[in-house]
Amino acid sequence: MGIRIVNGGFMTTIQDLGRYGYQETGMSVSGVMDTRSACLANLLAGNDVDEAVIEVTMMGPTIRFLADNIIAVTGGDLGAKLDGLAMPSYRAVHVNAGQTLSFAGMVSGSRAYIAFAGGLDIPVVMGSRSTNLKSKIGGFQGRKLGAGDEIGFRAPAMWLPNMAERRLAPDDFSARECTLRVVMGPQDDCFTEKGIDTFLGSTYKISNEYDRMGCRMEGEIIEHKAGGDIITDGISFGAVQVPSHGNPIVMMADHQTTGGYTKIANVISVDLPKLAQCMPGARIHFEKVSIEEAQRLYCEWNTEMKELARKLTREAEPASDVQAVALAAATCADSMYWGKCAKYRVIVDGQEFFIEL
Amino acid sequence: MDKVRYLVSGDCAVCVEFGNEISPEINRKIRAFKIALEKQKIEGIVETIPTYRSLLVVYKPEVIRFGELTKSFDKVLGSMDSIQIPPPSVIEIPVLYGGEMGPDLENVASCNGITPEEVIQIHTSRDYLIYMLGFIAGFPYLGGMSKKIATPRLKSPRVKIEGGSVGIAGEQTGIYPVASPGGWQLIGRTPLKLYDAEREEPVLLKAGQYIRFRSVTENEYREIEKQVQNDTYRYVVHDREA
Repeated sequence: MGIRIVNGGFMTTIQDLGRYGYQETGMSVSGVMDTRSACLANLLAGNDVDEAVIEVTMMGPTIRFLADNIIAVTGGDLGAKLDGLAMPSYRAVHVNAGQTLSFAGMVSGSRAYIAFAGGLDIPVVMGSRSTNLKSKIGGFQGRKLGAGDEIGFRAPAMWLPNMAERRLAPDDFSARECTLRVVMGPQDDCFTEKGIDTFLGSTYKISNEYDRMGCRMEGEIIEHKAGGDIITDGISFGAVQVPSHGNPIVMMADHQTTGGYTKIANVISVDLPKLAQCMPGARIHFEKVSIEEAQRLYCEWNTEMKELARKLTREAEPASDVQAVALAAATCADSMYWGKCAKYRVIVDGQEFFIEL
Repeated sequence: MDKVRYLVSGDCAVCVEFGNEISPEINRKIRAFKIALEKQKIEGIVETIPTYRSLLVVYKPEVIRFGELTKSFDKVLGSMDSIQIPPPSVIEIPVLYGGEMGPDLENVASCNGITPEEVIQIHTSRDYLIYMLGFIAGFPYLGGMSKKIATPRLKSPRVKIEGGSVGIAGEQTGIYPVASPGGWQLIGRTPLKLYDAEREEPVLLKAGQYIRFRSVTENEYREIEKQVQNDTYRYVVHDREA
């Protein structure tokens, strides 16, 4: 057993880093909207970065735990609470069967991620656990989560190495104005010089039409040389599509694989999480960077994740005196209770230990 | 043909553009380049997506950067003449025309001043190039239908069209991979599953291949349907002459 959904919230889905390898058949990639937050949640919960997480959108779900495990909540601050008390985010937290995770409401950002140590028991479809809402496959029965759904844990953990270090400073998503860096292309040559200047020089407001497929923005019209239609072409995550109406639409995680509109630029990978956390009404500026710069930033991010993974999974040092005392205390308690309990929480000089015997 | 262009499509993909029109010649080049690229097994390439005009190459910048990758494309394109490209295959699509399966067959016939039998004869008489798959999983964009059976879309689209339905919209013909709403004139249905998430190869068709429609009787249709369900159906595939 793992979790039971008491209330599904607004749009709660199972996602990993996406279903790659099938785009040539017309199958969208899906996957998390905010890759950075999902990767951090997984690393904190002792998983690989590509483990499936629960993506929570704006109004969060209520989730009851049916078994003990370690979880981590990252991303936007949607008011996560454990049994009604503020739940620390960006941190590995022990949860017990019977406890309830809920979300009180949006404080900043719009998407939160819940990672479960050992992962959720979700079948892999075409190489991924991501929910594809349009094709109705992957995730939990190809749909968003709703009341009564139950999902098991694959390998719940009572303990993770370096538990004390499994906490990070939360990312700040409170800004209402945000600069997204872009690389120009593939169809920037379909726009006039004036159109390019408008795109890079003005402010766009995120409209209410913002879902997992795309983010429509409103602002000054971007001028084409000869309209916004092209012979159908492939689409990347973050592509800034400008149809003939002249307003930009950024293609998000559930975007179609191909499309027939001109794409002026592409938001760079490291800035997509910022957009994923923006709310309708937020003001956006686009700033041009070179492909070399975008890929340097991408690789820097990649290295940051790898280093964090290494730091959190490194072997424990030989036990210190305090740890030895804690272990002895737990062993002593275990014999007192005839071995009924297998897990102990021991505090020695203010330091917390979880000991499993 | 114009020069092949490498267009930046974000920091994890590059669009290799072969032209800006719908033509079998461009499709042939895209298919050949895709096959040649797959043979090279360049480390860092995640997948490639062929479209009418281009091949979108998705890659991992932490393994290979834009500059290095496009240099390797130059090499592949420079050696295309020496790379053996197998001829495209032609996959046979059995279709039960007319009746309940193809309620608009009569309509297509009367629209073009011919008989339903002639519509079937024309529809099955040539091979159709699969330019690309898109829109939804398994939907083939086909080229090459005869203008003699071209028919405008329905004025009011149907709310539900069964998966496997074969239809005509303007000068295009196509197959619905899964049930969906739509305004195509339905002339028949195939018992083959173009898309099945549970199958090892979930999508039956590939861009660059051809399909050939074959008219079957209701009995044959039922028989093939059973075989598809039991996973015993043997697909009929022909080689296409270059």
